[in-house]
Amino acid sequence: MSEILFLLNGAPVRIGDAPATRTLLDWLRETRRLTGTKEGCNEGDCGACTVMVTDAEGSRALNACILFLPQLHGKAVRTVEGIAGPDGALHPVQAAMVEHHGSQCGFCTPGFVVSMAVAHLNGEHGHDDALAGNLCRCTGYAPIVRAAEAAADQPVPDWMTADRKALATLAAAETAGAEYRPTSSDELAAWYLAHPEATLIAGATDVGLWVTKSLRDLPEVAFLNGVADLQHIERRGEVFGIGAGVTIEALRKAMVEVHPDFAEMLRRFGSTQVRNAATLGGNIANGSPIGDSPPALIALGAELYLRRGEEMRAIPLEDFFLDYGKQDRKKGEFVAAVTIPASAPALRCYKLSKRFDQDISAVCGCFNITVENGAVTAARIAFGGMAGIPKRASAVEAALIGKPWSEQTVKAALPAFAKDFTPLSDMRASADYRLESARNMLLRYFADLSGAPVRVLEVSA
Amino acid sequence: MSISRPLPHDAAELHVTGQARYVDDIPVPADCLYLAFGLSTVAHGEITGLDLSEVRAAPGVLAVLSAEDFEHMPDCSPSAEDEPLLAVGKVHYVGQPVFLVVAESHLAARKAARLGRVDYRELPAILTIDEAMAAGSRFEAGPVTWSKGDAAKAIAGAARVIEGSIEIGGQEHFYLEGQAALALPQEGGDMIVHSSSQHPSEIQHKVAHALHAPMNAVRVEVRRMGGGFGGKESQGNALAVACAIAAARTGRPCKMRYDRDDDMVITGKRHDFRIDYRVGVEEDGRLRGVEFLQLCRCGWSQDLSLPVADRAMLHADNAYHIPDIRIESHRLKTNTQSATAYRGFGGPQGMLGIERVMDHVAAVLGRDPAEVRRVNFYEEAPGALPPDPRSTSPKKKAEVQSTPYHQPVEDFILHGLMARLEETSGYQARKAEIAKWNASNPVLKRGIALTPVKFGISFTLTHLNQAGALVHVYQDGSIHMNHGGTEMGQGLFRKVAQVAAAGFGVAPEMVKITATDTAKVPNTSATAASSGSDLNGMAVKAACDIIRGRMAAFLAERHQVAAEDVHFEEGRVFVGGADYAFAEVAKMVYEARISLSATGFYKTPKITWDRMNGSGRPFYYFAYGAAVTEVVIDTLTGENRILRTDILHDCGASLNPALDRGQIEGGYVQGAGWLTTEELVWDGKGRLTTHAPSTYKIPACSDRPGIFNVELWDGRNVEDTIYRSKAVGEPPFMLGISAFLALSDAVAACGDGSHYVSLDAPATAERVLAAVNRVRGDV
Repeated sequence: MSEILFLLNGAPVRIGDAPATRTLLDWLRETRRLTGTKEGCNEGDCGACTVMVTDAEGSRALNACILFLPQLHGKAVRTVEGIAGPDGALHPVQAAMVEHHGSQCGFCTPGFVVSMAVAHLNGEHGHDDALAGNLCRCTGYAPIVRAAEAAADQPVPDWMTADRKALATLAAAETAGAEYRPTSSDELAAWYLAHPEATLIAGATDVGLWVTKSLRDLPEVAFLNGVADLQHIERRGEVFGIGAGVTIEALRKAMVEVHPDFAEMLRRFGSTQVRNAATLGGNIANGSPIGDSPPALIALGAELYLRRGEEMRAIPLEDFFLDYGKQDRKKGEFVAAVTIPASAPALRCYKLSKRFDQDISAVCGCFNITVENGAVTAARIAFGGMAGIPKRASAVEAALIGKPWSEQTVKAALPAFAKDFTPLSDMRASADYRLESARNMLLRYFADLSGAPVRVLEVSA
Repeated sequence: MSISRPLPHDAAELHVTGQARYVDDIPVPADCLYLAFGLSTVAHGEITGLDLSEVRAAPGVLAVLSAEDFEHMPDCSPSAEDEPLLAVGKVHYVGQPVFLVVAESHLAARKAARLGRVDYRELPAILTIDEAMAAGSRFEAGPVTWSKGDAAKAIAGAARVIEGSIEIGGQEHFYLEGQAALALPQEGGDMIVHSSSQHPSEIQHKVAHALHAPMNAVRVEVRRMGGGFGGKESQGNALAVACAIAAARTGRPCKMRYDRDDDMVITGKRHDFRIDYRVGVEEDGRLRGVEFLQLCRCGWSQDLSLPVADRAMLHADNAYHIPDIRIESHRLKTNTQSATAYRGFGGPQGMLGIERVMDHVAAVLGRDPAEVRRVNFYEEAPGALPPDPRSTSPKKKAEVQSTPYHQPVEDFILHGLMARLEETSGYQARKAEIAKWNASNPVLKRGIALTPVKFGISFTLTHLNQAGALVHVYQDGSIHMNHGGTEMGQGLFRKVAQVAAAGFGVAPEMVKITATDTAKVPNTSATAASSGSDLNGMAVKAACDIIRGRMAAFLAERHQVAAEDVHFEEGRVFVGGADYAFAEVAKMVYEARISLSATGFYKTPKITWDRMNGSGRPFYYFAYGAAVTEVVIDTLTGENRILRTDILHDCGASLNPALDRGQIEGGYVQGAGWLTTEELVWDGKGRLTTHAPSTYKIPACSDRPGIFNVELWDGRNVEDTIYRSKAVGEPPFMLGISAFLALSDAVAACGDGSHYVSLDAPATAERVLAAVNRVRGDV
């Protein structure tokens, strides 16, 4: 075990004896007896355990239940106990929550307060989005949003910005540890080649559940959040290069102007807390058939860069997914980066889930069709949730290419979906519904490109 | 006066700073042990082998208990003694506790609990309503049938006969704080239990029984729950009993809390129903006769299913006078979690049945559903209410109309209430605007619905309608208040403290709110049936009245005035031209050797109920409300949104309008969630596959209505309730039915009216799309 050093509510903490997969939540509640941070689900879906984590990039909200202690090394953590001032003065969001009756049973409240305080600090006014990862069963959310609105114009209290300054002193005291926390992709590549059975942990939004729900012991792990050179997004001419360690939230922000529909889908990828932790590389590498980024990236024609030791290779992203649970990844090889084109005006991403926010897709369909002189000249259509892997709709694409871009062509292509996909029934959707809604997404795409209103999220009373 | 002020929740500052303590936050002695259950993996089977050696050998494990470790297996049932703490011989659902691990940490207990090897001889499992009906698997000997008049004859004589059926899914409570208990062994075998429970007396009763001890050996304390919603009325028994047993055997404190997945797999949920209906109706929409068949899936044990199913029958009329009606109710026993209390307690399912009928009737007759509802409303009772100028009630008859269970409806206010809501929400104009919008939008369709609520207030088990309180005034004038109700977020403690403060004419801050404690107030009823403030408010008022009476008598004698001329206001006591600080009076009374402590007691008057015959007055009064919801659907995927909701709700003379508003907003969103995104899915083996928030989707922040207007009806309870207020916990939940029927309206806009929408609940995107296909005739 190595020493982990971080700031907790402004005071330095040094932990030398915790298992690598000890969660921040368990440590706070059981070891530190800081019981304000609550366990609601232990899987990152309810936000009752939300804490504020600050580093050089800024402050963000994270779920403490699926955050391992080593991920905090060199950072500052603020729990609900540190949101009020040192003299006990309520933070403006706390005072507003009292005034606007934003708490009833109070169990979700600490998580809400932290999410609200982070959004307040960062000047974010999209309350529905900032709070999408915090579930409340009592209030119906209305008074909480009223509180957030009322606090929005209040100044940020001093203590909320103190962590960034204090981090400098922490860096000076930093000590090296035996446990593996690489700081560059070269280091990671060399180490992983030597330890190919190890589990790589970036955001822990998936691996976290292996520990908290599957109760697995992970004998050998490496934490990637210190690998700075995997966390860049760069534009080179007409291509974006995205490092595997880029968080979904950072990617979303970078995509807002470039691929707005991709950005909107990434907004619904997961809650703020999940997007702040989850990485693009993790979402690809785990090979889930219901990860939301692969269908969009495949529709964009993404190239995947895989590194093994000193070797780097690039493949079309769709070729990475071989079969359910099986990817084209060699031992000791890791996902390093993805490239996507900087322009795709016809890209549309449709995520279908039981709930709009913080839900796993039943079907995720992404469409990118090129029409020249009224005819389809190229088509990239990819789906999540329709097969054991994220998969292109090749037969549908073939049925469209070379045809005039018309409702007739689109309708004629619909039977091809059954050639491409034989989806499953599960708790999210039946096979029939998946197939029908996938087909209907092509109809929606046609209507969407022709300018008809197709999005319920854009309708207001 | 502290009554009717919008004071914040009593623990609001503790909530927002993280200082509010829940069971798992209570500091425990260093030698505390932690428990977890090993669970059944089959829906129905005989246990043929149990190998717990790996469990015992797991790190940190101190003890493992199973059936063989008990001479008499403790029972956890609130009703029929049919819920052994651990399975004995047989298992009856996937998730039933089979063995109990006692370990040095929560994680160690959870890990060890997965190492048990249980062999089963699988038996045929009854999972669905149809399977249970086919097998005749039920509680009680046969169906329960209540009738008024002759429904079959009335239907036969009506202009039209309409038939249909609706599936109504269950609902997971999803209290944010999972079930939890902590037992602290005391000298002489006594036990103190902290439990996240709506029913401390039941915990006390079950723990005492399990320990073979009298109830006086067990003290149960509940400061607060992180949400209950009915899910902590009986479902906490198993944890408290397990902790007490383990604590008694080890002599060490024991704590148990369910991990969320375990919580959802083990505990009961709202009952799912299928309701078949046959209705005879006139061309103007007036119902002549109705037959309901209510099929209710109760799960493996009886729990509270009988009164739940009764309450579904008791709300089969909702707000409508049905001259001839027959309701047949089947309480089906299945190999699934034992369905339990959940906000509304069967009322929502019964009410959805008749609201579905209204929607169906309006669709068949081509009439405005709001109009069909209005013509069927109960009439306002003559003389019961002050004349309401807004009332649209038809000319009053001399006779008061009665419900299908023969209770006269004496306090009906929905004519005026619904008229006002129609006006403030712009219902008619928006309906026309939506029709226009739909005509020009091929992919998206909007819909709107207005639905009323009439909900009966009182426990249907008459003896539960009682409450006690204990109030002390200390010699410094500070007040200590205790009552039998529990705080689960609804603001009960604040409301009752407002009552106590009003009793002594002091500021609410003078009243110390304390944890519910079976040693202070005995033999309490569950905080349930929306009854908390009605019952406990009255009991506290009674206790305060006694103490204040003693204080007044003392001062009256000293000043030679009548006791009625002593007034308690704004922290002072006025008597015969003199006045004292309240604290001074407390000190004087103490020094005069007069008791400043009193118990208070209350029992609800007027109620009487014969549940076998379905006749009497089960409810002291009714609470009313109505909602208008507007939605939009996507006809390609079934995705949908609530765009706007307008609510007008009746809290009588509200004790605290801010807390009441909170119940209304929260109840509506929870009710809408029940009928839209919250889908429980079991696989063919009886395994619940939606057992975590990753798969079971309660409303998130953005799912609340984009526009959300909530107003309180400015009325007073005609019955003599605490300051003429009305109960508010459950009634607003059923306002969510308007969201469901607005979806039905939007789907209807996709067809030509020749097929009825026949939407089932929950109306997930998948079910909405299926309904769209149905009304278009492409099934």
